[in-house]
Amino acid sequence: MTQMPFYVSPEQLMKDRADFARKGIARGRSVVVLSYDKGILFVAENHSRALHKISEIYDRIAFAAVGKYNEFENLRVAGIRYADLRGYSYDRSDVTARGLANAYAQTLGAVFTQDAKPFEVEIVVAEVGEDSDGDQIYRLTYDGSVADEHGFVVMGGTTEPIEQALRSRYTPHQSLGEALAMAVSALSADPSAGEAGESGSARLGPGQLEVAILDRGRPRRKFRRIVGPLLERLLNESDPIHDVPDTDDPVPGPHDTLSHDTVNHDSNHHDESNHHDTGEQGDVTQDSAGAGDSPRHESTNPQTQRPRTEGEVDGGESTQG
Amino acid sequence: MSERLSAAFFSSGGSSFTEFLAAHDPGLLPSGRTVPEGVVEAPHGTTIVTVIYDGGVLMAGDRRATMGNFIANREMEKVFVTDDYSVAGIAGTAGLAIEVVRLFQVELEHYEKIEGTLMSLEGKANRLASMIRGNLGLAMRGLAVVPLFAGYDIDTGKGRIFSYDVTGGCYEEQHHHAVGSGSLFARGALKKLWRTGLSRSEAVRIAIEALYDAADDDSATGGPDLSRRIWPTIATVDIEGAQFLDSEVVAQVVATVVADRQDNPGGAR
Repeated sequence: MTQMPFYVSPEQLMKDRADFARKGIARGRSVVVLSYDKGILFVAENHSRALHKISEIYDRIAFAAVGKYNEFENLRVAGIRYADLRGYSYDRSDVTARGLANAYAQTLGAVFTQDAKPFEVEIVVAEVGEDSDGDQIYRLTYDGSVADEHGFVVMGGTTEPIEQALRSRYTPHQSLGEALAMAVSALSADPSAGEAGESGSARLGPGQLEVAILDRGRPRRKFRRIVGPLLERLLNESDPIHDVPDTDDPVPGPHDTLSHDTVNHDSNHHDESNHHDTGEQGDVTQDSAGAGDSPRHESTNPQTQRPRTEGEVDGGESTQG
Repeated sequence: MSERLSAAFFSSGGSSFTEFLAAHDPGLLPSGRTVPEGVVEAPHGTTIVTVIYDGGVLMAGDRRATMGNFIANREMEKVFVTDDYSVAGIAGTAGLAIEVVRLFQVELEHYEKIEGTLMSLEGKANRLASMIRGNLGLAMRGLAVVPLFAGYDIDTGKGRIFSYDVTGGCYEEQHHHAVGSGSLFARGALKKLWRTGLSRSEAVRIAIEALYDAADDDSATGGPDLSRRIWPTIATVDIEGAQFLDSEVVAQVVATVVADRQDNPGGAR
């Protein structure tokens, strides 16, 4: 086995490797990444609560992947290490999705050509900008090619029907609720979606979905997972809400999870839910007395631990005077 | 820059940023540097106090850094929010201490992102201890860093305080604590003023009284600077998370404390 018995052309070698990687990726369930009016939405069909396909990388950057779990998990951790190293040795604002996408591309490309076996993964690195023009979505494939995508990306098993469904319905500046409903119905169009044996007509429920957002409006760390009652409510066809609450969950715990159904944007809710909502909303307003200023502001960076304006008023001006 | 990520990025099992740095680029760690013989003079941070109140804990620090008998900086921030439920204050060599805190902040967030869960409060206290331990070589050269760590324990719903020595020893403190050059006087004040069931605003008042007393008797601690409007840094941690107190609020309390001490230099009792 040590010597090569026959000549294999580079074309054939690359083709075999690509086929191998593609086959591995096609076995998985799909992930959709799309931008909506206030940020970037990630929707994955994922029946596991613990093994995530979507994850936070840095303040404005998130990661989504399909394929072999151990391989994309390795890439995810490497990405977090890359971003934290960058931010630590330069500044938080110097960590960009483009830089990370490049590092991933080099790595995937090198593995594809040099290692014993290519990674059977496809990933998306997305960064939310100050406005929707600043949003960046990069799609990376097993061979290290990078594509700068606009609007939406579909990765995974049978992407064709999902892409078709999205292409006909996607418009930029949709609300979160609309974008999510569209993504879920598109994902449900995948014949392999849901339980095996189903014809694919059934819509995916909250228990089969992993949903996360990069929300432009949040301070510093923009990544939030949407779970529990909030996700159910966003997906509720008869009484949907269109956005997540502005404030984070008031309970102590991981800050990146939104579960409380506390939004009451629509005035035409029926009485029951209205009543329930007002009650909870009252709580939230109390909890976040400095509304919008959740404790999770810029404070974890010593250089920017207070809003800039306050610092100026504090020292700079008065020392001159 | 466009190179394949090195093997250290892909090593499995590690959720510690410090350990990653040690493998990838040890020169970025304070403990990973070789320092030439000799003693340097560098700015030193001074007094930090921390007070437990009902359902949380507060940390306050003066704003002065000194180099010998020279004031190196009058508005240095020495209290840092390290994650959603913890704060750290620093005394000792300011440059190194800030670097340690910065590293600690990244360490906590790094763990949170990789593991997908919050680190326990004891875990955080121990991580900080190991960073201080790594600094022992520098401490022997007179570049000691002595932090004070406080956080909200999600499981018990209480604030807790951890103090350190230069060797990395980590000790849990009850009720209140202070570190830095003015800590002797601050501790005396805290001992007399602290009682169980303090509210957050009472704790703010006590912390400012203690810092006032520290500045009163320790030349390295900055007192309230009314003309420049420089107030102590105050951060609180409770069920609402870690947050800095608005400087306008601090200004009011400082003004009250200063006014109450007119003709009564001993202050509240």
